[in-house]
Amino acid sequence: MFFTYLRRELAGRRRQTAIIAIGMALAIALVIIVNSVASGVKAAQASVLESVYGVGTDITVSQSPTPPEEGEGGGGPRFEFDADAGTTTDGTTELSQSRLMAGFGASTFDASALDTVLGVDNVAAASGTLSLTNTTFNGQMPQMQQGGDGTVPSGPTTTEGTDGEAPQGGPDGAGGSAFDVDSFSVLGLDPSADAIGPLSAVSLAEGRTLDADDTGANVAVLDADYATSAELAVGGTIDIGGTDFEIVGTVTSNAADSASASNVYIPLDVAQTLSGEEGMLSNIYVQAASSTDISQVQADIEAALPDATVSTQEDLASSVSGSLSTASDLVSNLGLWLSLAVLVAAFLIAILFTISGVTRRTREFGTLKAIGWSNRRITGQVAGESLVTGLIGGAAGIAIGLIGILVINVIAPTLSGSASSSGFDLAGGQGGPGGAAGGDASGGTVTRGFGGPMSQTAAATTEVALNAPITVSVIAIAVGIAILGGLLAGAIGGWRASRLRPAEALRSVG
Amino acid sequence: MYTLTKLTKTYRQGNRTVHALKNVDLAIGAGQHVAIQGPTGGGKSTLLQMLGGLDRPTSGTITIGADDISNMPDGRLAKIRAKEIGFVFQNFNLIPTLTAQENVETALEPLGVSGEVRAKRAAEALASVGLADRAGHLPTELSGGQQQRVAIARALVKEPDVLLADEPTGALDEETRDEILEILEGLHRDRGLTLIVVTHDSAVAKRAQRRLHIKAGTVTER
Repeated sequence: MFFTYLRRELAGRRRQTAIIAIGMALAIALVIIVNSVASGVKAAQASVLESVYGVGTDITVSQSPTPPEEGEGGGGPRFEFDADAGTTTDGTTELSQSRLMAGFGASTFDASALDTVLGVDNVAAASGTLSLTNTTFNGQMPQMQQGGDGTVPSGPTTTEGTDGEAPQGGPDGAGGSAFDVDSFSVLGLDPSADAIGPLSAVSLAEGRTLDADDTGANVAVLDADYATSAELAVGGTIDIGGTDFEIVGTVTSNAADSASASNVYIPLDVAQTLSGEEGMLSNIYVQAASSTDISQVQADIEAALPDATVSTQEDLASSVSGSLSTASDLVSNLGLWLSLAVLVAAFLIAILFTISGVTRRTREFGTLKAIGWSNRRITGQVAGESLVTGLIGGAAGIAIGLIGILVINVIAPTLSGSASSSGFDLAGGQGGPGGAAGGDASGGTVTRGFGGPMSQTAAATTEVALNAPITVSVIAIAVGIAILGGLLAGAIGGWRASRLRPAEALRSVG
Repeated sequence: MYTLTKLTKTYRQGNRTVHALKNVDLAIGAGQHVAIQGPTGGGKSTLLQMLGGLDRPTSGTITIGADDISNMPDGRLAKIRAKEIGFVFQNFNLIPTLTAQENVETALEPLGVSGEVRAKRAAEALASVGLADRAGHLPTELSGGQQQRVAIARALVKEPDVLLADEPTGALDEETRDEILEILEGLHRDRGLTLIVVTHDSAVAKRAQRRLHIKAGTVTER
């Protein structure tokens, strides 16, 4: 009887059933889509972060740079050449020097911090890295004047003051100069700790990655994209800080369309020695024992290392910028509120229509009570009708939602995100073809002063196609909402019905 | 069947207190055919609600058989209505979305009768009012007289002790009226159930063994 009556009511009052079900369906579809897009955006953010920080990193430790003290260099590399530097042919001196130093905007700290971090409770693993920038200066300039004693130097070049002879030499043969400043990022890392840190987010393209035996060896692994653009290959050598390194492998980022965290990876101890940063680190990658320990680990590290910046993946997610961040804001603000508003509206519609349905059926329920139906039976009947209506809406909503997600995934909008955080030296884009050609005799204008700070964007931009996943939990949420809405409307409607007096059956009108 | 002792029912209507029934003392024996007449607002409906266990008195007592229903909890009262009292209404009060057969079955639902027995008994009840061939029809597909016959089938299918009819012919034409009255009287005669009919219509009232008149909350015999 229950099911017969229920079926007949829903079929007999199609319009009411349809309105309630459509309301629920739209709300549920919206919730599904927003939920799914939100997890898609989250995954995209994670993939941007992964390309920079590596997989499995829960917390990163770095130190904000302190302003340089008076007299110290402004942070950029300084190239100094003595009089005998370079090789001179035909009055032109070729100068080349490469320097390896701590990355711009990064600050190094003593490696003992790593032991401190490892000593914190619930730290499963930690590894330190040293973020460096290698800058190579290549230049051609006219041969140097040898001083002011009046003797003519060995070359044919003279300077002003010697009877108006035109300057000679230099790349243009007329006393001009030409320079190239080329830079790439170098990451020193512990070759034995590959489970965590930047190299955990890459896959090997060619050759091999660094292993424990590489400690102290002049070997390097290159980002495959960088290797291609710099025309380097496995088996060749690369000049880092004036030392030739053997290229043993190339790696690519696991995240699509994205460069890996650094251009070049070398063993940490070699990096420390070459850059003069003995016993120093710039970042520590920390893995917590479990996700529930992250905040405790973060707090303990902050307490143990008061000067350090301790960031969790969540903190880092907020550093992801670009359209990804816009999408994330859109989903978390507009999407959330919109779906909440539509959900509330759908629930209200369901409740109001159920109440009005009960009111319209006053005589019907009065009659059933008069012939002996209990309040519980009538409440159950009303609640059952609402629940089934909610479930019909839920099923329709899931269908609409899945179609919506399918459409989003077919379109797959591309979001770009770049991760940057203060004091954290990220993948340097390849240093552009630095340098300027001084073309005229007066020395030309050098557009990039060297010896001073160089501007460099310490950020990795990653293009990620949004993929909204369909998860069991999203479907479960939808079904839950449908049941909740149905039960809520049913409970209120049923309560109203149970309050009706059986004497209502005797009302001749209505 | 019924014993009413000093039965009083008052209710508030806005600021006014309405004395619908005033100290009514009344006994109705089992198997009687009683007609209740009276002007609108005189207390007919209130008396019917008391007899049907749809409402409780303000004071006094009312017993159905051996049960004092004056202060009975809702649940037990619903059971008594389900088992012992059959209702026939002026406007038939069928469930519009259910077929004739299903409407009759609703009366057996609270009695916990199995589906099979329920269907069989409902079909028999419909057959006894001459509607065996209309079992699958919705109320809207039936005439007024047919609908009232379905309602009668719904009232009698549970084999009640008493049948309460509230203006059972009020919405029907004369010819159909006689048809319905004959069915009701036949039930009274053949099954020995107590038949109480509230009516405006003197022609209907005249057919009863006993005629009660209620006016301003006071019941008198005619």
